Amino acid sequence: MRRAKTSLLRSTDQIDLKLSNLPIRHRIGKIWRVVFLASTVFGIIALTILMVDIVNDSFGYTAFTSKVDPTTLTTGGKTLDESSAEELILILEENLKSNRLKTLEREKALSERTTEDLLALVNAEVVQPEILAVWGLFDSLYKKEDIAIQVSEICAREKIDPKQVKIIFMNWFNRKFITSPQSSDALYAGIRTAILGSLYIIIITIIVAFPIGIGASIYLQEYATENRINELIQTNINNLAGVPSIIYGMLGLTIFVRVLAPLTSGAVFGYSNADPNNGRTILSAGLTMALLILPVIIINSQEAIKSVPKSLREASYGVGGTKWQTVWHHVLPNALPGILTGTILSMSRAIGETAPLVIVGASTYITFDPDGVFSKFTTLPIQIYQWTSRPQDEFRALAAAAIIGLLIMLLALNAAAILLRNHFSKRLQ
Amino acid sequence: MASNYETIPHSNAYYTRKPLDLSKHTQPGEVLIQGFLFFCGLLSILTTIGIIFVLFEESLRFFTSPEVSLVEFFTSTFWQPKIGDFGILPLLIATLMTTFFAMLIAIPVGLCVAIYLSEYAQERTRNVIKPTLEVLAGIPTVVYGYFALTWFTPMLRGVFGDNTVQVYNTASAGLVMGILILPLIATMCEDALHAVPRALREAAYGVGATKLETSIKIVVPAATSGIAAAIILGISRAIGETMIVAIAAGAGPNFTLNPFKGAETITGHIVRISGGDLSWESIDYNSLFALALVLFFITLALNMISQRIIKKFREEYE
Repeated sequence: MRRAKTSLLRSTDQIDLKLSNLPIRHRIGKIWRVVFLASTVFGIIALTILMVDIVNDSFGYTAFTSKVDPTTLTTGGKTLDESSAEELILILEENLKSNRLKTLEREKALSERTTEDLLALVNAEVVQPEILAVWGLFDSLYKKEDIAIQVSEICAREKIDPKQVKIIFMNWFNRKFITSPQSSDALYAGIRTAILGSLYIIIITIIVAFPIGIGASIYLQEYATENRINELIQTNINNLAGVPSIIYGMLGLTIFVRVLAPLTSGAVFGYSNADPNNGRTILSAGLTMALLILPVIIINSQEAIKSVPKSLREASYGVGGTKWQTVWHHVLPNALPGILTGTILSMSRAIGETAPLVIVGASTYITFDPDGVFSKFTTLPIQIYQWTSRPQDEFRALAAAAIIGLLIMLLALNAAAILLRNHFSKRLQ
Repeated sequence: MASNYETIPHSNAYYTRKPLDLSKHTQPGEVLIQGFLFFCGLLSILTTIGIIFVLFEESLRFFTSPEVSLVEFFTSTFWQPKIGDFGILPLLIATLMTTFFAMLIAIPVGLCVAIYLSEYAQERTRNVIKPTLEVLAGIPTVVYGYFALTWFTPMLRGVFGDNTVQVYNTASAGLVMGILILPLIATMCEDALHAVPRALREAAYGVGATKLETSIKIVVPAATSGIAAAIILGISRAIGETMIVAIAAGAGPNFTLNPFKGAETITGHIVRISGGDLSWESIDYNSLFALALVLFFITLALNMISQRIIKKFREEYE
């Protein structure tokens, strides 16, 4: 308080000296007001640019060449999409070498495959499209002429017949993208494995972190007396909340992946594919994440429990309730909306977290769905990181589309948080 | 109601037979629950012990190996594990540079936002702007990394020329990180400004100060400690931030002070090396823990200073 008073005195002196130029002082005030407002708008502008950039990169024209022109494959002016399963099988038999055909037959008989599968097969094995260049949405809408010029330039440079180049408007965030597994080919790559990995991990994280987090916050708020240990726990939690996430990754790598490898790889539980020396599994990732968000959950829950009025507790004690009965029947139900909101917000932090999982997971090229908690994994943010790190434009487009997927997931979670809070707070009032 | 009439005489009969025992007696269930809850709290201490133990153990292995010396670690300007050069300076300088650029955006803009929200904005405006800023803080950092690489860097290259600005550079990563940290600083500063007693403002108006003079010369100085805490916390966050720098700042330790050149930060290096398949017995692997230990101590120190300031500042006004 003392410091504030002295500064007040000092500044009044200055004001006295300037009292004569009131219009100037007001003008300066107005200018700065605009500066403050502009700074505030800056955040909103940044957010807008970010969103526009991502949407811009997820849609747009893409130029392809293909090894075989699809129109030469079909007869009677049909396109590949319109062909029946029999026609597609015929195309495969005509164009593929017998060895390759046998391999495909062994995987699954051609006649048993669906038309969609066959179409994908024809595209991958026979047509073999290759991406030449990718444009964003803005260019595709307003600079169509430039795209045509650029395509002809590329054709001249790469010595490709311009007639073979097809320009298609691509929506990278399509259904196939969400439902197909990872692939090294940008045209077939999807985020199915990554979404499943993210979901598995977040479920484990919540199962572990939620009860422990609430337990710790109840202890600190309701049970803890003011002694050394409890004070230490409280400061410690505040400090843990500020530890960079990458450090948790190093902790998870050592403890869960290496030391507890027999446990986290599933070898102890008789999991078939387990490598007892390598615990780079969904379980390890989930546990690491649980440690990471635990301090956040504890701090949020503490705030929620703190806001429950003391009179409720006194009333419960008054009718003979024990400590635990009071907490379980009166404090927790009233603190629940706050606790749930805090938990869901920390969940959305866990879903977007990348660095610790890169360290815990490492091997990120996975094309199969996770089959349990002892499976290897990749997650949506890791996938985005991988695709962004590649120099080709088509992978940038994939990364942008994956970001849209990630943001939709986060939006859904936050919406759930708001709905849950409203639901519970209504019921309790 | 009817059932109550039936039970009351019954319970009366019960108590007349055996008087109510009001003395304190331990209930095993309650003790068990309290024990479990205490264990939950203790787990956080175990986590800290785990972090410190893990970092120290592996770092010890690193520093005791014949290829490394403590002096070299802190003074050498080369980090090339392949030929046995382990000098943290290139990584540390890059970290400080990205942090500097992040603060270049986050501190002035964050402070201006805080002043606007606390002193100028009406309730309705604040209700729109605060959630928007929170959205900005909630976007995953990997998305910011993408943004820095695909939008911000090309823009910088457009302004300064393709020859001066490399594809990967610390300026772009740092400035975009500033956008990420902006909401943190803005909200913390706003809380600090908000806590300044109204009487101080009224006094300033009373002696004829304009709104700007009141804000800058009275309210901001009175909230200095809160603002300082926010800035220190922001710096700590910027030093520990990983994905933006891993994507946009460059891959390869580079000793440079040029913000338009690529350089790898401590966090960026850890995540890139451990993302590959690394042998757990190699000195490269151990070196990552030494880096993490340095990172841990820097951020811990900054966080503790920030908390100490906040605590002191709370006592001042409550």
